[in-house]
Amino acid sequence: MNVTRGFTGRPRVLDTGLPPGQYDAGDDWPVLSAEVTPELSPADWTFRVDGLVDQPRTWDWDEAHALPASAYEGDIHCVTSWSKFGVRFAGVSLDAFLNVVRPHGSATHAVAYSHTGYTTNLPLADLTGGRAWIAWEYDGKPLPAEHGGPARLLVPHLYFWKSAKWVAGLTLLDHDEPGFWEQNGYHARGNPWEEQRYSGD
Amino acid sequence: MTETFAPVTRFAVPGRIEVSNRAAAEWQTATLTEVRRETPHASTFRFAVPAWQGHLPGQHLMLRLTAEDGYTAQRHYSIASPPEDSGHIELTLDHVEGGEVSGWFHKVARAGDAVEVRGPLSGFFAWPGDRPALLIGAGSGVVPLMSMVRHHRARGLSVPLRLLVSARSPDELIYARELGAETTRVFTRSAPQGVPVGRMAAAHVAPLLAAPPEGGWEAYVCGSNAFAEHASRLLVEAGQPVDRIRIERFG
Ligand SMILES: Cc1cc2nc3c(=O)[nH]c(=O)nc-3n(C[C@H](O)[C@H](O)[C@H](O)COP(=O)(O)OP(=O)(O)OC[C@H]3O[C@@H](n4cnc5c(N)ncnc54)[C@H](O)[C@@H]3O)c2cc1C
Repeated sequence: MNVTRGFTGRPRVLDTGLPPGQYDAGDDWPVLSAEVTPELSPADWTFRVDGLVDQPRTWDWDEAHALPASAYEGDIHCVTSWSKFGVRFAGVSLDAFLNVVRPHGSATHAVAYSHTGYTTNLPLADLTGGRAWIAWEYDGKPLPAEHGGPARLLVPHLYFWKSAKWVAGLTLLDHDEPGFWEQNGYHARGNPWEEQRYSGD
Repeated sequence: MTETFAPVTRFAVPGRIEVSNRAAAEWQTATLTEVRRETPHASTFRFAVPAWQGHLPGQHLMLRLTAEDGYTAQRHYSIASPPEDSGHIELTLDHVEGGEVSGWFHKVARAGDAVEVRGPLSGFFAWPGDRPALLIGAGSGVVPLMSMVRHHRARGLSVPLRLLVSARSPDELIYARELGAETTRVFTRSAPQGVPVGRMAAAHVAPLLAAPPEGGWEAYVCGSNAFAEHASRLLVEAGQPVDRIRIERFG
């Protein structure tokens, strides 16, 4: 252990629910994207699932909203070290979309991509079983553009760079294919509880 | 059957910058050798990092402080020094009121102290010195941009480079003495006599985009989220292509 002289840090609360190396951002919700925030209206938003599926399909805003509503209430964790407790998102479970397109048994991974061209890869198992959403509401209000509105992917059990803003689609693959940050040195999976921040962690 | 994924859109991943994954994964000891005051709220911290593998201007690192009971705090900091300063790195930190890490640096740190760093990280915001660069920053957002300016000077590069910086007042302008003819200064609260006070505006950006260099600018925007939103919108409105704007947001 390399103790830093004179560093005590903030008073600690045991069992805070924080993954290792994270701090509580409280009411703040920092914005961390490397792109210009797009002006994307709900009328222009679409969401497509294709690749290794029986029935590739594109949903528009109204079609996606016709799927059964599903909410997430819980915590989110960003690789830049902040976490946010008890946030509320509403949208549709990704399972609802996948049930329609029917993934092939050979599909193991997905690349999520945004309307701006941002990409991020995920094991398919992290997107199914009620663990991922397409979210368009935050705290009862439309999701702000700088946080990915009109709709973003939400995979709260992984670091938040996996939750692609302005999500446009998922392509299912039988192999893993690194996305934008993963090609820039970030970890392929990004589990906050195992501190999978950078490639090699 | 394996399909290859091809994104449908315009925001290109640069791909031209290699990031060393091994360097990014390993913590190294950085020994503080010097502290220089820049402004009433910002200081530069110079470290000896003998095994530092080098970085590209614009990259950042992760810094970790450890308390006696094993508690750690880690934060991202942009690298201010150019790659030419080998074996050393410099960081410039704002003193954030109540800040855990910046508070330690500004109140406790002194030459000889050791901290841990890993990096360099993120090739996306890096500038290898290959394309004309239009740099726009506010507050401590000027830090990674200064690494680019210093690199440009150290190498005697002739590729066009311009810097637009916004600060509250002249004495809050970080690196004020080092900024030269490449820099346009914008002051939001108080300015020297004869210089207008106000936010960065279309009038600052438009002339640079009206006469872009051959091949156009690669734009780099850095600062708070509010500033990044404002400055990137000015760029788009002035005609800069969105896929040639890179943004680093400090949160
Ligand atoms: C890519 C990147 C590059 C960056 N580069 C730079 C740089 O070059 N220079 C620079 O100065 N900064 C930079 N930053 C910002 C930096 O990472 C830190 O966020 C900043 O230094 C503040 O950290 P801190 O530990 O001092 O403050 P924190 O302890 O994180 O506090 C931040 C704010 O939240 C409040 N706060 C948070 N938690 C608590 C709590 N439990 N109790 C009380 N108050 C609390 C504090 O009062 C303060 O106002 C960069 C950020 C990123 C993402």
